[in-house]
Amino acid sequence: MSTPVTTTRDWQAPLMAKARWRPWEFVLWAAAFALPLVFPSHSLMVNEIAIVALFAMSLDLILGYTGIVSLGHAAFFGFGAYAAALFAKHVMPDPTVGLVVAVALSALLGLVASVTILRGSDLTRLMVTLGTALLLLELANKLDWLTGGADGLQGVVMGPVLGLFEFDLFGRTAAWYSLTVLLLLFVVMRHIVHSPFGATLRAIHDNRLRAMAIGVPVAARMVTIYTVAAAIAGAAGALLAQTTGFASLDVLAFDRSADVLLMLVIGGVGWLYGGVAGAIVFKLLQDWLSSVTPQYWMFWIGLILVLLVLVGRERLLRPWTWFGGGRKA
Amino acid sequence: MTSATVSNVNDAPVVLEAQGLVMRFGGITATDNVSLQLRRGARHALIGPNGAGKTTLVNLLTGVLAPTAGRIALLGQDVTRLAPHQRVARGMVRTFQINQLFDAMTPLETLALVVSQQQGLTRQWWRALGSSKAVAERAGALLEQFHLADVAQQKVQHLAYGKRRLLEIAIALACEPRVLLLDEPVAGVPPGEREELLATVAALPADVSVLLIEHDMDLVFSFADRMTVLVNGALLTEGAPDEIAADARVREVYLGHGEAAHG
Repeated sequence: MSTPVTTTRDWQAPLMAKARWRPWEFVLWAAAFALPLVFPSHSLMVNEIAIVALFAMSLDLILGYTGIVSLGHAAFFGFGAYAAALFAKHVMPDPTVGLVVAVALSALLGLVASVTILRGSDLTRLMVTLGTALLLLELANKLDWLTGGADGLQGVVMGPVLGLFEFDLFGRTAAWYSLTVLLLLFVVMRHIVHSPFGATLRAIHDNRLRAMAIGVPVAARMVTIYTVAAAIAGAAGALLAQTTGFASLDVLAFDRSADVLLMLVIGGVGWLYGGVAGAIVFKLLQDWLSSVTPQYWMFWIGLILVLLVLVGRERLLRPWTWFGGGRKA
Repeated sequence: MTSATVSNVNDAPVVLEAQGLVMRFGGITATDNVSLQLRRGARHALIGPNGAGKTTLVNLLTGVLAPTAGRIALLGQDVTRLAPHQRVARGMVRTFQINQLFDAMTPLETLALVVSQQQGLTRQWWRALGSSKAVAERAGALLEQFHLADVAQQKVQHLAYGKRRLLEIAIALACEPRVLLLDEPVAGVPPGEREELLATVAALPADVSVLLIEHDMDLVFSFADRMTVLVNGALLTEGAPDEIAADARVREVYLGHGEAAHG
């Protein structure tokens, strides 16, 4: 190739800059881990938010980064939850081993299910992912000898984390356990999205035709990331089952797939912290609104969503730009 | 074009050979028994009126479409049934008539990705894009060569049209093509940004075989050493530019009135 390989500028630094950890990230994570100490009574809430944040991030891998839409991501969340609960009940109560098993099984399910999302349009993907989740939901309902059916899977007793930390009533161990898993998997996802592999995902998201034309094996990449996203969603489900000692049909329900999509829309797609932000905002809103108007809280969530999409997140977060007539802030 | 270069190219080995390509969509025959040969270093133009089947032929060659009949060989290997990305790995690269870019990325990220893909690094999921110094340098060199250094860190969607067009070609060259299909490279480029693009096309590496699909006759006749004329999906004729310009049938169906003065 006659192209000169000589360049006078440093092109590596600007490329690497995006992958570098920012100071606020360390602050954020330190604060998250401090929460169960500072507000012990809110540990259950912290635990729940950590779990749904992980779930939302796993959806972002396929939706925000790769452009694979899904209305049935709860299939993997629920599958992981049942896998972890059944493992604890019938095999052994160790949470870490159970988590690894649930992740592996969810990954396997994701690998199998990935054949359904390779072909067709976004609309077909919405339908097949929705269908897959509904299939699993009915299966869990029907196999009541195994899953407990509509009553849920009861009598799950978890052992201490790493044989050291018993789950306590206030949920502090649960919160730290979930936060630790969240952080570990977040680090993995952060590496993925900034890697050359992650760049191929963004290429597929932006322009599938061109991704093919530069030699990216598009189908193989979609299978891989769908499997990874399923595994991480399964981890989130497993955390829920393990920290609550319970798995019921709602882990597979359509609401769960829809909620996680809402969280991503609220927090922003194609940005891992969007899942965290969305999970926090959604859960706090849900908590607050359902105590103010127990029956109609979904109305307010709906209103917020409509505003968010119509007005745009950027402008909603910058009230001073509302009446400026498009003036640059 | 001097006769020396022409005879050189005619002695060079064949890198791309299409034989008897047929493509039918339902009752319509979009490509009708087309055969085509490209030698190493060729500057081959594919012309024909709108609807002649140029785009279908490009899609067949690159693997976007699978032909109803016929075969395609690249560097002596049959690639007829290979997927587009597998053909890219073997050196068959194209640009698009309508820009097909990664809008949310920057030119720097785009080229770093393409170079990483070219070097087989895109299975890496732990190290950051650009952690290979060789990748960053090659991406940077391409940015400078294609006059994209000053906009390297702007999002592609915010670039001027001429810059986007340059990036379109830079991406293709970053794939290190053996055969490059240029689909109307200057289409829609405003006059002010045109020169930069034409110079880039003229400076393409000499060992790369180029198939140029173009409407602009100035560009075709200044660039090509061989031409193929398609009409209604079938091959009308093939030859050196002066032969094509002198061909009465070509004048009639394509060049129209008075346009044949070139060559």
